[in-house]
Parts: sequence; C-alpha cells; structure tokens
Amino acid sequence: MPTYRSHVLVCGGTGCVSSGSLKLQENLKAELAKKGLDKEVLVVQTGCHGMCEAGPIVVVYPEGTFYTRVQPEDAVEIVEEHLFKGRVVKRLLHREELNAEAVAHYNELPFYSKQHRITLKNCGYINPDNIDEYIGRDGYQGLAKALLEMTPDDVINEMKISGLRGRGGGGFPTGMKWEFCKKSVSDKKYTICNADEGDPGAFMDRSLLEGDPHAVLEGMAIGAYAMGADEGYIYCRAEYPLAIKRLKRAIAQAEEYGLLGKNILGTSFSFELHVKEGAGAFVCGEETALMASIEGERGMPRPRPPFPANKGLWGKPSNINNVETWANVPQIILNGGAWYASMGTEKSKGTKVFALTGKVKNTGLVEVPMGTTIREVVFDIGGGIINDKKFKAVQIGGPSGGCLTEQHLDLPISYESLTGAGAIMGSGGLVVVDEETCMVDMAKFFLEFTQAESCGKCVPCREGTKKMLDILVRITEGNGKPGDIEKLEYLGNQIKEASLCGLGQTAPNPVLTTLRYFRHEYEAHINEKKCPAGVCSALTNYVIDPAKCIGCTKCARICPVGAISGEIKKPHAIDTEKCVKCGACAEACPVKAIARR
Amino acid sequence: MQGIEAIINGKKIIAEPGMTILQAARANGIHIPTLCDHPVLKPVGACRVCLVEVEKNPKLLTACSTPLNPGMVVHTHSPRVLEARRAVVELLLVRHPLDCFSCSSNGQCELQDVAYELGIKESRFADEGDTCRSYALEDANPFYVRDMNKCILCGRCIRTCDSLAQYHAIDFQNRGIKTMVQPPVGKDLENSDCTFCGQCVQMCPVGALSEKTSIGQGRPWEMEKVKTVCSYCGVGCELNILVNKKTGRIANVKTDYTSQTALNEGRACVKGRFAWQFVHSDERLTKPLIRENGTFREASWDEALNVVVGRLVQIREEHGPDTIGFFSSARCTNEENFLLQRLAREVIGTNNVDHCAHL
Ligand SMILES: Cc1cc2nc3c(=O)[nH]c(=O)nc-3n(C[C@H](O)[C@H](O)[C@H](O)COP(=O)(O)O)c2cc1C
Ligand code: SF4
Ligand code: SF4
Ligand code: SF4
Ligand code: SF4
Ligand code: SF4
Ligand code: FES
Ligand code: FES
Repeated sequence: MPTYRSHVLVCGGTGCVSSGSLKLQENLKAELAKKGLDKEVLVVQTGCHGMCEAGPIVVVYPEGTFYTRVQPEDAVEIVEEHLFKGRVVKRLLHREELNAEAVAHYNELPFYSKQHRITLKNCGYINPDNIDEYIGRDGYQGLAKALLEMTPDDVINEMKISGLRGRGGGGFPTGMKWEFCKKSVSDKKYTICNADEGDPGAFMDRSLLEGDPHAVLEGMAIGAYAMGADEGYIYCRAEYPLAIKRLKRAIAQAEEYGLLGKNILGTSFSFELHVKEGAGAFVCGEETALMASIEGERGMPRPRPPFPANKGLWGKPSNINNVETWANVPQIILNGGAWYASMGTEKSKGTKVFALTGKVKNTGLVEVPMGTTIREVVFDIGGGIINDKKFKAVQIGGPSGGCLTEQHLDLPISYESLTGAGAIMGSGGLVVVDEETCMVDMAKFFLEFTQAESCGKCVPCREGTKKMLDILVRITEGNGKPGDIEKLEYLGNQIKEASLCGLGQTAPNPVLTTLRYFRHEYEAHINEKKCPAGVCSALTNYVIDPAKCIGCTKCARICPVGAISGEIKKPHAIDTEKCVKCGACAEACPVKAIARR
Repeated sequence: MQGIEAIINGKKIIAEPGMTILQAARANGIHIPTLCDHPVLKPVGACRVCLVEVEKNPKLLTACSTPLNPGMVVHTHSPRVLEARRAVVELLLVRHPLDCFSCSSNGQCELQDVAYELGIKESRFADEGDTCRSYALEDANPFYVRDMNKCILCGRCIRTCDSLAQYHAIDFQNRGIKTMVQPPVGKDLENSDCTFCGQCVQMCPVGALSEKTSIGQGRPWEMEKVKTVCSYCGVGCELNILVNKKTGRIANVKTDYTSQTALNEGRACVKGRFAWQFVHSDERLTKPLIRENGTFREASWDEALNVVVGRLVQIREEHGPDTIGFFSSARCTNEENFLLQRLAREVIGTNNVDHCAHL
C-alpha cells in the first residue's frame, strides 16, 4: 500500500456537497497532480463533520489544520501554500464570528473539544465508501465478538448493562426491547432501522448514515443475531439520496466481505439487509406507520397492542430502532456494557447527538455525554448567542418537544429531566432562541408543521391540532379572544390524552410549554394586542427613533408606498396607516434608526 | 376453552379468549360508544370515541382494538374517559354541517347517537365559519351521493371496499385537515375501480354516503324491513327490502352483515342494491298478453297457459320434438331451472335446453 505524507480530508456530507465540496475535491486533485504531489498527498472524501454551516470543510493531517468555508478556487492556495510550502493558509482557518480569532486545529475548537464523540467517532475521519477504513478503526469487531464469543442472551445482557435507550425519541431501554422480540416465537423475524428523520432541522441520522454507514449495518447484524432475525430493512427517507447511495454501497461491500448475507463469518448466522426508500412523510417515522409503509400501504399508525415485538412487519415479530441507537451497538459489544454505562446519568447512559441550530454562534452536530447541561451545549460548544443578544429559550425535541428557559440552563440533559420540564429528548433537535423570537409565533410554526403532517386518521390529532392552530393564528393576528389561552390548554391536554400515536400525543407540547413559561407573551398578544418580541406583523409597526435618525432620506426613497415623510437632515416619520410592513426602510437605514415595535 | 375473567365498571365479567374489551363489554351487556368500529371490519382505533380507562395503564385505550386480558380492571365511563370522549366528539362537530333536518342519516346516524349519549348540544370549540361546506356534492352517478362535508373519516367505507367488496377502489388521501376519502389521485369515482356495489354506502355511520335511489322515499323510522332473496341472479343474495309503511312502496335496499342465513354475508352488487325501481314501474307486465293478428290483448293466466300448451303439443306433433327449444333464465331459482329442463326432456322429449347466460 502506498504511504502518503499528508491526508487532505474533504467533507462529502450533504451540507458541504451543496456548498461545493465535490468541485473542491476535483480542484485539489488537479492542483496536486500539477505540482507532482499526487503521490505524496492523498485527498479523502469523508462524511459530515457536523459543522455544515461553515462548509465546505477541509482538514489537513497530520497537523489537523481545520479549514472552513473553503471555496473550489481556494484549492490553488491550499496546495501551493500549505501542501507545497508548508505554510498554513490563515485566511481559511475557522473563525467563530467574523472578527473572532482564528483557530488552527481541530481539537482546539471548543465546538469539538467539549464534545465526546462515540457514535460520531468515524464521521469526518474515514471515507464512508471504503469498508477497509471502517475495519481499520475496529469496524466489525463487535459483530465478530458477538457471533464467535457470545450467545444471543449474552448480547442482550450486555445491551441491558449498557443502559442504552432508544435515540429515536421514546427512550425505551434497547436491551429490554430486544428481549421482548427475542422471546417472541416465530419462523421469521425482522430488524428495522428507522432512518425517516422527519423533524424539521434534524440531520444527525443523515450525517451518521453518510459518514459511517457500516456502524449501522454492524449494529443491525448484531441485533438480528441476538433476536433471531434473518432479514432487515433500513427505512430511509428518499430526500436523503446520498445516504441511500452510501448505504447500498456499504451493504454490497459488507456482503462481499462475508459480513452480511449468508453464513456470516463462517457461522450459521445469516442476515439479509434491504434499503427501503420512504416517501418523506413525518408520520412514517412512527414505527407502526413505518411498517405499514414498508408493506406498501399508506403510512398510517396502527393501534398497539399488538406491539411490533409480537406482530410487526407483515405480522411477524419485529424490532425497530433508530439510526443512532443502532450505531451505538458495535462499540457497546466491543467495549462492554459497563464501559458505556460509565458515561451519563443514573438513568440515561452514554452520549446523545444533538442538532444544534438557531441563534448560536456555532451550529451543527454535537455529541455530548448525557448529563451535560444545556448551558454547556449552548454557551461552551455553541459559543453563545449570535451578536451577544440575550438567550431566551431552547426548543428541544422538535415539533414534539417543548421549550426550556433560562431557569433550565443548568439542567443536566437526560430523558427524565427533559420530560420533567415539559420538553422531550425527541430525536435531538435543539433550537436556540434569542430575545427576538416570539414564542407564540414559534409555537404556531411547530403546530403548522404537525397539523400538516398529521396522518388524518384520528380525530383529536386531525381536528384538534387544526383548532389549536386556528386559535394561534388569530392570536398572532391580533384577533385573540379572552378564554383562548384556556382553550389552548384544554385542547392540548385532551389531544395528548386521546390521540392514537406519538404525533398527536406530543403535538401540543410546543404550545403547552410556551404557555407554561411564556404565558405573559400570549397575554400581551391577546389583551394588549402587542407582540413583545416585535415579530408578529399584525401587532407591530415600523417606527423611526427620532434620536437616532440623521435625516438621510434613504428610507423615504426606498419605501414602495410612500409612507415616510420628513425633511432632509431632520428626523423622519412613518405613517403607520400607509405602511405595508415590508421592512425595506429598516434595511436601508444606515444608522439603524428604524425598528419594529 | 376457558373464559377470561375481568372487571368492567366494578362488575366481574367473563369473556371468550381473544375478545376485545369492546366485544367483552357488549357480550356482558355493557355499552361503549363507537364510530369507526363495525363488527365485521378490522378495528383501527381511529375515532377515539371508545376510549376506556384500564387500571395500571397510564394511557386511555381504545376498547375496539385492545384485547381483553385476564384480570383487567376497566372503566368505560369514568370522569376521565367521559372528558376525553366528549372532547373528541366536540372536535368532530367543529366542522360538521348540522344538516340533520334533511339528512338521509337522520334517525340512524351514529354521530347523532354518540352526541346524544354524551349530552352534546354544540361544540365548545366551534367558531363562526368553521363548518365545512367546501366540498361540492358528488352525485354524478345514478347510484349514490357523496357529501364529503359530512364525512367523519372513520374509514369504514375504505375497509368495506377492501375486505368485503374487495375492489380497493378508495383510500385516504392528503394529510392533516385536508385528509379525504377518494379514489386514486386524479380519478373521479365514475372512472375508478368502483363498481357501485354500494356496500360502503350502507357502512357509512353518517350521511356522507347515501343511496341516490332512496332520496325522498321516507325516513328511517318509517320503514318496515322485509327479508328476501335478490331476484337478479343465481347467487341468491339475501336482501332486506325497506318498505315505506306509509306508501307501501320500496324505499331502499340494505343487507345484513351479521345475518346467520345470508350466504352473501351482507354483500350485494349494484343491481341488487340499486336497481329495484322496476318493481313499481308503470310499464311492468302484470297480466299475460296474447298476440293476435300482430297486436297484444290481455288474457287470464288459464287462457294464456292453455294457448302455450296447445301450441307446444301441436308443434311437436306436426314437426317433431326437436323443433322446440327451451331457454331458461339466470333470474330463476335452481329449482325453477331444474323443473324447466324436466319439462323439456320428459314432457316434450327434447334435449334442446339452454340458459340466458349462453345467449
Ligand atoms: C410522528 C413520529 C415520528 C417519528 N419519527 C421518527 C424518526 O424519524 N426516526 C426515529 O428513529 N424514530 C422516530 N419516531 C419514533 C419511532 O416510532 C420509534 O419509537 C423509534 O424508531 C424506536 O427506536 P428507538 O427505540 O431506537 O428510539 C417517531 C415517532 C413518531 C410518533
Ligand atoms: S395522532 Fe395524528 S398522526 Fe397519529 S394516528 Fe392520529 S391522526 Fe395520525
Ligand atoms: S415598512 Fe415598508 S411600507 Fe412601511 S415604511 Fe418601511 S418601507 Fe415603507
Ligand atoms: S350525518 Fe348525522 S349528524 Fe350529520 S347532518 Fe346527518 S344526521 Fe346530522
Ligand atoms: S360502491 Fe362498492 S366498489 Fe364502490 S367504493 Fe363502495 S364498496 Fe367499493
Ligand atoms: S364516507 Fe362515511 S364511511 Fe367513509 S370515511 Fe366518511 S364517514 Fe366514514
Ligand atoms: S456536511 Fe460537511 S460538515 Fe456537515
Ligand atoms: S370505535 Fe374504537 S376508535 Fe373508533
């Protein structure tokens, strides 16, 4: 095998590909060839680094130099300066904010140094299209250990010791779930990987599948061995073409190596794995709807019992786990359940991957041990709020979750603590919200999503979320009535109580938690017809601050409806009757004298 | 098999193994309201009206879909259950057009019944303008009318078409509040796989589907049910003719999915269910006619039969028995067809016997 003095890792995740990383790779290779360096320096396409917004990402090893926002044109400079002359290209080093200090090395970045990457350990390090790179980092050793040294009961026992709980939302203990399925007697069983990932803003499963597909395959094979299944499905949303491509390639490679398919590693255990493309409905992530969808039916949840462990896919005992859950399995088997259980809190073990988004300086994929506080995630890893605005809340768990406030900043993250505070772990969406976000508007956004995604089967969810949404809309439009808050609370609780599946049972959470912690904002909308955050357009007006206005007339010239008047060099004023609230003036004002209030 | 013991509303009950909570309750005379459930359809747990409280279970469970386990302690009308049930029905009523006055379902409507049972007069959640009137009435075909404004999306029609009619002509479409029962995208009913067998119509718990043929023929409570066998074909479907007691005329045709005597098990085809108007047709022959010199005149049965017998005998004598042929009908019973061929072979002496299905 040829050896190289340098490896240039170029991110090939969906985020970086869309910001031009494929072209960048091409250019790098071409430049290296031009300089005759192509025998010394290897360009490797990796999976996502979790910092997609700063993409395309390039890491140069052995130094570990971390370049962000690298454009295809930058290839020339990187090759010329860094790889040829050995000088770091300072201009491309990562900066948290525009004028912040540059960070040279991967592990110096607080974003990475505070993380604890277990599930994501290979993401961004290996070429996901090459099974040898996975094997080179202990890949398939867990499977070998399970098949050759452990009985199925040993495997389940180890999973129970690890304390791993489902990462798809519910947090059900994985070992226990496997045991139910193992105990179900049947000639046929299935294992399923839930890669539907329908939460808006969530992308941890996608990144895992793109960056380290073999970890999921290996986890599923171990699970199948433990439960006595010989066939499995990965249900992946069709909007993830790259993940699907990498999964299919990974399966083919694993089959070629005898790590999937018939008589794996020469044992009597056989496991056949298929990829099924989902049609992209949020509700298809619900396990019974997902199985209906694999069976070719409309993705609608079914009542439980019967539970999948007894009657799942095609009426056969089935076990379904989330992508991240499966990806944890190989390392648990290899390093032992006790190793995994040494991380986390009393009842929530190991690590959890979050998709950190919203108003923080560093957004992206973050893997932290359970028990990490929200403050650490938002301020240490996330770097705090953009423009040093005031932190207001985090919305955890996407449309099924809830918001937590300043009083929860030091809450150690665990399934119990989040549920206790009215949010849920969910699949791990973590949206940071600052003082400029209207909580009623945010609740409305999530309810719009769940109402549109409700499968329409059961009455409370279909009709109830619509009614709640109607009420929220009228509140944000200034037509809220006394009693609306109580109606929202009552409806929310009844919808949670009476809905068939998790979608309806959690859909009211964003409304109920914002009502719990930001009731005054609702009251201001209804009683005073005011939006305290200055967001809801029906309740706010553009106003010029006469103390700040320098009378430059820019706003008056740009206003499409001629709503602004004033003499040159004197404070201007906006006629709110005429104003159509397009916001053009506020953008044009050079001294930021125009604000929404 | 041993019965299952459980407690419902404080009363010890015994049920057959495999029964759902709903079935067990019914078998023991305990009423639980339902909308999306029907005894001959697979339960789906959609309407949530049958929610009950089961001790040690944090969530309310749907009685229609949850198997009764030994020792279960069930409350079918606890305050918590009634609160949820009422909320569900009131949510259904938010959009429902209250057209009961002129609705074909009035008097047999399951939504009315549940609302009545729960004492709901109007929905607490309805606001002005909520009522659904946006779907146009679909009545292009001669058999049944669809008013999707009244549809409560229980899915009974879909399950009926899938499992009983087996045409798979309709399914849910869209999501959220836009969810609707429709034939496949882009097709109207008339160009879909629907055969207009009308089984879904009969299954609809509300007035969303109704027989066009029964419009204005009388109210449900004015009907007398007459059990009969369909006169169209040899299958012999059992039908329940609904006769308006006031007018003495047929108003509608239904079937009974749970009838012990029906070999059609509640199924019927478009003809049996919808094509009964001939019964009251003015053009229907009610007396024998004899043709003389190219025109018909009315005659008595005796006279007509005598003419037939006389001519048959005459033809056989003059031209031989094989110049005569007998055609029988699919609309006759097996017994009638059997008798006809005996008449041909044994009385006339010919094997020329055929059947309308060969024509
Ligand atoms: C509306 C809805 C959407 C869901 N979407 C997902 C999803 O995208 N991915 C996922 O893993 N689980 C999803 N779940 C949870 C699954 O139903 C199921 O609990 C999970 O896949 C089990 O795996 P786990 O035990 O590993 O978490 C969803 C649940 C609901 C109710
Ligand atoms: S809760 Fe919503 S998504 Fe779930 S079955 Fe009911 S209607 Fe469908
Ligand atoms: S918001 Fe638009 S319409 Fe209103 S004053 Fe500014 S520019 Fe004019
Ligand atoms: S379907 Fe029932 S509730 Fe609705 S209008 Fe008809 S009779 Fe009234
Ligand atoms: S009339 Fe018959 S075929 Fe047509 S949708 Fe109804 S059940 Fe199906
Ligand atoms: S048409 Fe009738 S049977 Fe079909 S879903 Fe609507 S209410 Fe139910
Ligand atoms: S895709 Fe490159 S960092 Fe996520
Ligand atoms: S009757 Fe049980 S949910 Fe509808």
